[in-house]
Amino acid sequence: MKTRYTFGGDEHIFVEMDDEMSLEAFFKAIAISRAVEEAQIDGVTEILPANASFEVRFNPDVIHPDKMMARLKELESAANNAEPRMQTRIIEIPVYYQDPWTHETLMRFRERHQDPKATDLEYAARINGYDSVDAFIEAHHAQPWFVSMVGFVAGLPFLYQLVEREKQIEVPKYLRPRTDTPKLTVGYGGCFSCIYSVRGAGGYQMFGITPMPIYDPQQKVSYLKDFMVFFKPGDIVKFAPIGREEYDRIVAEVEEGSYRPGMAQVTFDLDAFNADMRGTNAKLMEALNGN
Amino acid sequence: MAIKVRKAGLSTTIQDLGRPGYFHLGIPEGGAMDRFSLRVANMLVGNDEGAAGLEAVFMGPELEFNADTWVAVTGATMPILLDGEPRDGWTAFQVKKGQVLSFGFLKSGARIYIAFAGGLDTPKHLGSRSTYVIGALGGIDGRPVAEGDVLPLGKPGMPVERKVDTALLRAPQNPVELRVLPGLYWDRITEASQDRFFAEEWTVAPEADRMGYRFRGGSPMEFVPRDQPFGAGSDPSNIVDGCYSYGSIQVPGGTEPIVLHRDAVSGGGYFTIGAVISADMDLIGQLQPNTKVRFVKVDMDAALAARKDRQERLQKIRAALAGG
Repeated sequence: MKTRYTFGGDEHIFVEMDDEMSLEAFFKAIAISRAVEEAQIDGVTEILPANASFEVRFNPDVIHPDKMMARLKELESAANNAEPRMQTRIIEIPVYYQDPWTHETLMRFRERHQDPKATDLEYAARINGYDSVDAFIEAHHAQPWFVSMVGFVAGLPFLYQLVEREKQIEVPKYLRPRTDTPKLTVGYGGCFSCIYSVRGAGGYQMFGITPMPIYDPQQKVSYLKDFMVFFKPGDIVKFAPIGREEYDRIVAEVEEGSYRPGMAQVTFDLDAFNADMRGTNAKLMEALNGN
Repeated sequence: MAIKVRKAGLSTTIQDLGRPGYFHLGIPEGGAMDRFSLRVANMLVGNDEGAAGLEAVFMGPELEFNADTWVAVTGATMPILLDGEPRDGWTAFQVKKGQVLSFGFLKSGARIYIAFAGGLDTPKHLGSRSTYVIGALGGIDGRPVAEGDVLPLGKPGMPVERKVDTALLRAPQNPVELRVLPGLYWDRITEASQDRFFAEEWTVAPEADRMGYRFRGGSPMEFVPRDQPFGAGSDPSNIVDGCYSYGSIQVPGGTEPIVLHRDAVSGGGYFTIGAVISADMDLIGQLQPNTKVRFVKVDMDAALAARKDRQERLQKIRAALAGG
């Protein structure tokens, strides 16, 4: 892992922990982000942790860009000693795979896709070596995911699969981005799954849809009354497959304010995870199911 | 005191200086695309410079006033009509109860800013009244203003008739020069491509909005060959999704550069070659499709000098208006 520092114009410094994705790079990025936050540097206006990088926005009238850069480099060594462990939560996200809405949308944009004759799921299953779409869907929801970034648009989580690298699903993005994606689509691009928080443009392959809102600027959804964005980096997600009936039931429950996402507090320890991935995942899922 | 929207225009949104602090959750700072013009409009009517006004792109709205007040219009050049009588831009003028403000066809620039004495007093969301349409946040129900909307006004200061000496504004350019600090993933493209990016003329594509401005007309870029890193995706323009900077220039597929603006997406998986400097962000907000643009390479010292220059220009206007 080689850290790379660079300016993004006169108001940003972008720091890439590594050019490839790994949880090690994520934990290092989040550790430095926290160190920057704790250092309370005058002139820092935003700190953005991402998958394997982070960015600081600052006011160059308050701190000179070179001085800002030097401060960040100082903080890197402190962050190197941070333990890759966090108190977090595991959340169950219901997913209606092969739903009619993403299907209708993907059919409309077939000419922008690598394989216009197949659906996004059929294509993703084939290039990842699965015999059937069902086996592929199973692989998508059987093990938990780690929220390694929140962003793109309001509250959209990027999810990293908690399995051995050779088992991780990888798919390209659409050849040309779509101009439309249904709200709450569960998508996939590169090694990341995502949930589109709002309707709009998008380039990720579309696998299904969740009935559970994750962004509500009106803050009417019962579990978004405290804050309009549901996810934060470090959250762990377990997808749960549902059918049309359950989808409709959850939509109605969200509407009447009675829906509560399944959730449990957990600790995620990267060393423990690396030593025993399936065992760690089993414990995470036990915590969720025991709640 | 309030204003009734009789016609909304093409996309007229309530904007102030934005909501910093939530970009890490994908909620951009937003606010006026051309902050210089919004600040000056507010100064003219005696408001705080960050008060909320209207930003109208390409086409002005039609507004009816239910009380006497003061108004100033800045930014793009567009005939300003009060009950059909012309009024000057960059000038505070009085409006009487029942009068109607409307606009003619756009002459130059892209966005006008309309400030009202007291400022628009819609509810703040995450500290700002700015409308972020993609996230349905701010403004009126997170959308552009619509016919029939009634826009409440805050308590006015003590406006007087005054105008800005237009010699204090930045002179128009053709082609428009946007200064760029190379960086971020600049080294992903070959030296020949780097040179061409600055040497060639680009034009603003129709896909130009508050999120970003797309440019076309230059040569496709050549990438420095590499094995794509795990998680990035197979296209050479792909990176592991990271955070974006305001003003940063991404080039999906190496073909058409996109400069992210005030309603930027906060991250994504396309490589970026640097960023337009903060002093030139206002300029982008005034670009129409098909405008010719040159990207000009600068270093950090030049970027900071340009930033200072912009601040001094604002300070001169501030001082001139306070004195007059």
